[in-house]
Amino acid sequence: MATVYLPTLLRPLAGGRESVQVEGATVRQIIDNLEQQHPGIKERLVENNRLKPNISVAVDNEILPLGLIESVNPDSEIHFVQAITGGKN
Amino acid sequence: MSTQYNVIGTRPIRHDGADKVTGRALYGADIQLNGLLHGAILRSPHAHARIKRIDTSKAEALPGVKAVATAADFPAAGDKIVDLGEGATPLSYIRGNVLAQGKVLYRGHAIAGVAATSAHIAEEAASLIEVEYEVLPCTLTAPDAMKDGAPILHEDLHMQEFGKKTDKVNNVADHFRFSIGDAEKGFEEADLIIEREFHTSTVHQGYIEPHNATVLWNNDGRVQVWTSTQGSFVVRDTTACILDLPVAQVKVTPMEIGGGFGGKIPVYLEPVAAVLSKKSGRPVKIVMTRKDVFEASGPTPGSYIRAKIGAKRDGTFTAAQAYLAYEAGAYPGAMVGPGAMCIFAAYDIKNVTVDGYDVVVNKPSTAAYRAPGATNAAFAAESVVDEIAEKLGIDPVDIRLKNAAKEGTQRVDGPKYRRVGCVEVLQAIKASEHYNAPLGGPNRGRGIGIGFWFNVGLPSSCTISVNADGSVNLVEGSTDIGGTRTSIAMQAAEVLGIPAEQVHPSVVDTDSIGFTAVTGGSRTTFATGWAAIEAARDIVRQMKERAAKLWETEPAEVNFENGVFSKNGKSMPFAELASKIGETGGPIVGRGAVNPRGVGGSFAGAIADVEVDPETGKTQVVRFTSIQDVGKAIHPAYVEGQMQGGSVQGIGWGLNEEYYMDTTGTMRNSSLLDYRMPTALDLPMIETIIVEVPNPGHPFGVRGVGEANIVPPPAALANAIHQAAGVRLRTLPMKPSTIMEAVWAK
Repeated sequence: MATVYLPTLLRPLAGGRESVQVEGATVRQIIDNLEQQHPGIKERLVENNRLKPNISVAVDNEILPLGLIESVNPDSEIHFVQAITGGKN
Repeated sequence: MSTQYNVIGTRPIRHDGADKVTGRALYGADIQLNGLLHGAILRSPHAHARIKRIDTSKAEALPGVKAVATAADFPAAGDKIVDLGEGATPLSYIRGNVLAQGKVLYRGHAIAGVAATSAHIAEEAASLIEVEYEVLPCTLTAPDAMKDGAPILHEDLHMQEFGKKTDKVNNVADHFRFSIGDAEKGFEEADLIIEREFHTSTVHQGYIEPHNATVLWNNDGRVQVWTSTQGSFVVRDTTACILDLPVAQVKVTPMEIGGGFGGKIPVYLEPVAAVLSKKSGRPVKIVMTRKDVFEASGPTPGSYIRAKIGAKRDGTFTAAQAYLAYEAGAYPGAMVGPGAMCIFAAYDIKNVTVDGYDVVVNKPSTAAYRAPGATNAAFAAESVVDEIAEKLGIDPVDIRLKNAAKEGTQRVDGPKYRRVGCVEVLQAIKASEHYNAPLGGPNRGRGIGIGFWFNVGLPSSCTISVNADGSVNLVEGSTDIGGTRTSIAMQAAEVLGIPAEQVHPSVVDTDSIGFTAVTGGSRTTFATGWAAIEAARDIVRQMKERAAKLWETEPAEVNFENGVFSKNGKSMPFAELASKIGETGGPIVGRGAVNPRGVGGSFAGAIADVEVDPETGKTQVVRFTSIQDVGKAIHPAYVEGQMQGGSVQGIGWGLNEEYYMDTTGTMRNSSLLDYRMPTALDLPMIETIIVEVPNPGHPFGVRGVGEANIVPPPAALANAIHQAAGVRLRTLPMKPSTIMEAVWAK
């Protein structure tokens, strides 16, 4: 199972845990299964069927551009991080 | 990955050089069209006020005036949330910054636009517009804006906490926290803990060319825009969004750009010029004055930062903690997130907690500025690191090397670094002639600093077509701020095995190339370069097919190396095969469209020698060296130029530059005479040391070079001033009065 490292402000939703083991072959599946384990997390990460624009996902320590449809390996490490943007409009 | 290159690493003359040095290059203000009208903007004299009434009748009656526009002419924004590549933002905020509706939130906030037959008539007409205000108290700094009872800018702005909308309405748009390990426990293990407070002022990018826009709303409904921008597609999408038009109805032609540094990503003038054009039926050009640029474009946030680091006697950092509150200006979006992620990015510290606050204040809405958010943060962290080194009696480079981030180090936001060059940058500092040279006089000091920027990827497109003479035409959508035509062309040339001069690059409008994200985030040589590599590879693939036809074999049997196609003793140079494309099947066009992975972050360091006049507090920079891991330097001269430019901007930020605001929110130094940017007369030659730790994620090892170099200079200067004058300054800019006050207080 992949290891999901939770952002600090989401840890209360998982009983204070820093990381959890979650099954899934894509980021979308990971989040759906995470929601099953710890309700409330999905709405903090997903909006309109995509990652919220100010959130990025790092799989195996690389920030990846495709969001929910990125592939995940069984031994992957996943972080949800603040997106780096070039400025506001 | 090959490390033997023919083109990469050389220094060809830039493709746009002749146009630039002869004055033939066309900038936005150069546009002339039949029937062109000139626009002017009425701006708020108040930092915070409710607009009770706008009367444009006198302006409209002035002879020569053809149109007047206010926010009422824009389609209603409603509660629509848009993502134009810069994060989710209420459309009302984007639109509200272009033309105020209901309230003005900073002095200089645009209220109305006028189009007339001359610029003078337009200005006079703007002055005839009557606005009735209810002036409100203003709040100008993050700490003040966060206090109970502070004037509230947006009554509907609820503080967010990682995707959760809270009940708090207190000018804080966003609060986040990053933590790894156990900071409290880490501090218990420390022998020395230093915690300090820092303030940095609002500063401007200082690009020489003011914002400008010319727009023709044609009779067929299409809107054509000529403008100075870092992102033509951002202008297209934002303009279409504000005007509620399909994106295909807007065509943006990016003109040459006289500097941006992050500040030419937002849209200010285009939607106003569009409405004026629609109303008048004629093209409309608006050009900001320098005062407009200072008061109404997007400077970088001022900030308040607390930084705390604990260390063992041997210099090992055991814990770190920081609190960052950045001024977003009138609308949310201060670069506090990147600042928080960068503040301890140079160090491998197991126990870290960082809190960040994005705070709206009555100042212009801020924009990106080279490594946005990181310079403020590094000033704080690197000052504390220097103080720890001093107290423990450890060389400033050695303590940084002892704690330096490396491959596998966990960042405070979670992910671990891939291959990075922090150690190599520090080693280059330590081995440099500069670091080991004597200071050479009294009242002098030397300081160092180090900083990090992530760099980004994002989408880019490129097409290349082959000419019969063996040259190629390269078409791209990245506006060229720092020589990227050449750095992109060189990557294509390397793949094609031809000289860089045989690649003719063009930056084109939004109808003529696939989507390309902004020139920003140090991404262009990395990502658009990658698109060019893909397009060139596509060319090679197609030309192999042509060679195979000529040699009556299969394409897979054709080899290509160093610009020569070959098979079993037969060979044909690129140019010779190019001359035969007509007879072997017709035109060859290669395409590359990428949204690349493999982004490589960049570390930069600075060594600053200063001399502080003990009588006046004036700081003279007597020697300065910029050191940066750039991955592979595609064009070393342009890399050096970026390092020098970022360093000079960092020096200005450190020593002189600030928005000098009075208590009413009026900027008192809104000219380049009074807003003191360093000039060539103020500074020594900026020395550079290029460190090349290739990024394994890019075909040629590119990381990106445009930003990290601005991060360490203010910290290096502060540490140098401490050695020269015996005072530690924790407020930017470190101007003479600040230095003397600190000396007198000692």
